[in-house]
Amino acid sequence: MGVAVLLKQVPDTTAKISISGGRVDEASITKWSISPYDEYALENAIQLKESGFGEVVAITCGPARAAKCLTEAAAVGADRLIHILTDSALDSIQVQSLLSAAVKETGFEVVMCGKQAADTNSGSTGPGLASTLGFSCVGGVTGVSIDGGLASATRLGPSGLEKVEVGGPCVFTFDKGDSELRRPNVRGIMMAKKKPIDSLSPAELGVSDSNSMIIIKGHSSPPEKQPGQKFVGSESVPEVVDKLREEANVI
Amino acid sequence: MSTTVISESINGTLHPVTAQLVGAASSLGGSITVICPGGTGASDAAKISGVSKVISVEGDCFETYDCSAWSKSLSPLVEGELILSSSSAIGRELISSISASKGIPVVQDVTSLKSGFSATRTIYSGKAIEEVSISPPCAISLRANSFESAEDGGSAEVSTINVSQEVAVAVKQALAKASERLDVSEADIIISGGRGMGEPANFSHLNEVADVLGAAVGASRAAVDTWEEIPHSMQVGQTGKTVTPNLYIAVGISGAIQHLAGMRSSKFILAINKDPEAPIFGVADYGIVSTWEDALPVLKEQLTELLSN
Repeated sequence: MGVAVLLKQVPDTTAKISISGGRVDEASITKWSISPYDEYALENAIQLKESGFGEVVAITCGPARAAKCLTEAAAVGADRLIHILTDSALDSIQVQSLLSAAVKETGFEVVMCGKQAADTNSGSTGPGLASTLGFSCVGGVTGVSIDGGLASATRLGPSGLEKVEVGGPCVFTFDKGDSELRRPNVRGIMMAKKKPIDSLSPAELGVSDSNSMIIIKGHSSPPEKQPGQKFVGSESVPEVVDKLREEANVI
Repeated sequence: MSTTVISESINGTLHPVTAQLVGAASSLGGSITVICPGGTGASDAAKISGVSKVISVEGDCFETYDCSAWSKSLSPLVEGELILSSSSAIGRELISSISASKGIPVVQDVTSLKSGFSATRTIYSGKAIEEVSISPPCAISLRANSFESAEDGGSAEVSTINVSQEVAVAVKQALAKASERLDVSEADIIISGGRGMGEPANFSHLNEVADVLGAAVGASRAAVDTWEEIPHSMQVGQTGKTVTPNLYIAVGISGAIQHLAGMRSSKFILAINKDPEAPIFGVADYGIVSTWEDALPVLKEQLTELLSN
């Protein structure tokens, strides 16, 4: 019994993204972090563990540098760490197949992850993984509690904020959670450094990480904005409103 | 070439983004089938020009939202080389789930699409642009307001299919109603406030201007993190929503890199800030150096006068 938490390592949201040779220049990124929504998933998983719901297994899929996010998860309380080691750019089906194989290996029936990652901004992994595993999926949750076999979640659904219940295996994807994120203490950080990481290759999981069905043709920077017109004082508002109508044609 | 469009609904009717999905599909050619979950908006979908067929999928499972139940109901009806949905929260979830069940790849939140397919999307919440190629069969969600709507004037045949699917996710309690306001991710005009608004109650001044313009109200991360009255759903920027409205009005927002990433692709940006050195002025087409207390009442008055004529 326990929670499998899926973590993705992404450039810190404060990082500047530069392009070199038609690709995002990863070498220029100095700080990598756990994707923010995944952090809320991790926090909730650890709270469940503290309330007696088994252990927390943190799983990541990515290159060698991604191991750091598992160690960070261990520092705040993850019990087991699984690293699916690949340098390939993967399509959604490959990611879901790899993660699905790793989740099956844990035998857990509760999976938590962010609703989307801060790099691709896609949000395909949680619901796609649920479909692959045959689990239910509750998306955009802010908190999950589990009592007996029944999970109770708060989610931002189509008709507003609502409380839902789900029995049976389920993937929860997190929005910004209700809880403050905990910070690791010194002891946690020291223990985490010694925690072993189970490193698995795609081949060991029976999944090919070559021949992605999605080919990245190139990256570019958004067009630079030309410096605009600047006005001083509220007395300039009528002139600006006039320009919004006559020049910009947007009102 | 044939495309299946998963329709989007809002308050029990067809969401206008559905006509944009059909418009995008039409530009690629071939037949277009629109699938309406729960049957919502099926008769309106049939009137969109270019639609070959509408499938109204009805069943008890559509009374509340359960991603897996909906996906299992819709998947068997989805055919063709291309599946399209909106990149709304539900659109993304459904297309992820449906594409996974069919073993085909999905690309999300695409802003332009060429036959073949070549798709453009923003990554890192707008800090960079990615172009991918993807071979059919595949699934693609499209960003609202990025594609021309197909015109009215169609008269497609509507077939109704009843499905029965077990629901695992039970809605127990409504905690707060969805905001009556337009969501920032689908608005043509957005007015956002930052910590410079001083206190959350002052967002009422933004609401007033928004009411005049028919705009959505957004917020910076600093405002959302500081005041619990300002919900995360309003947050524009990385870890919030990436937006591309025709007009983005930033009030009391200094312009952190995460915020700029999420709104810099707006067609026009008006910034109001008392600090002339604020980074937001670097991306603004029009900048007004002023306190919001001075500027907003004049702005509201001017807009009211202009738009009531």
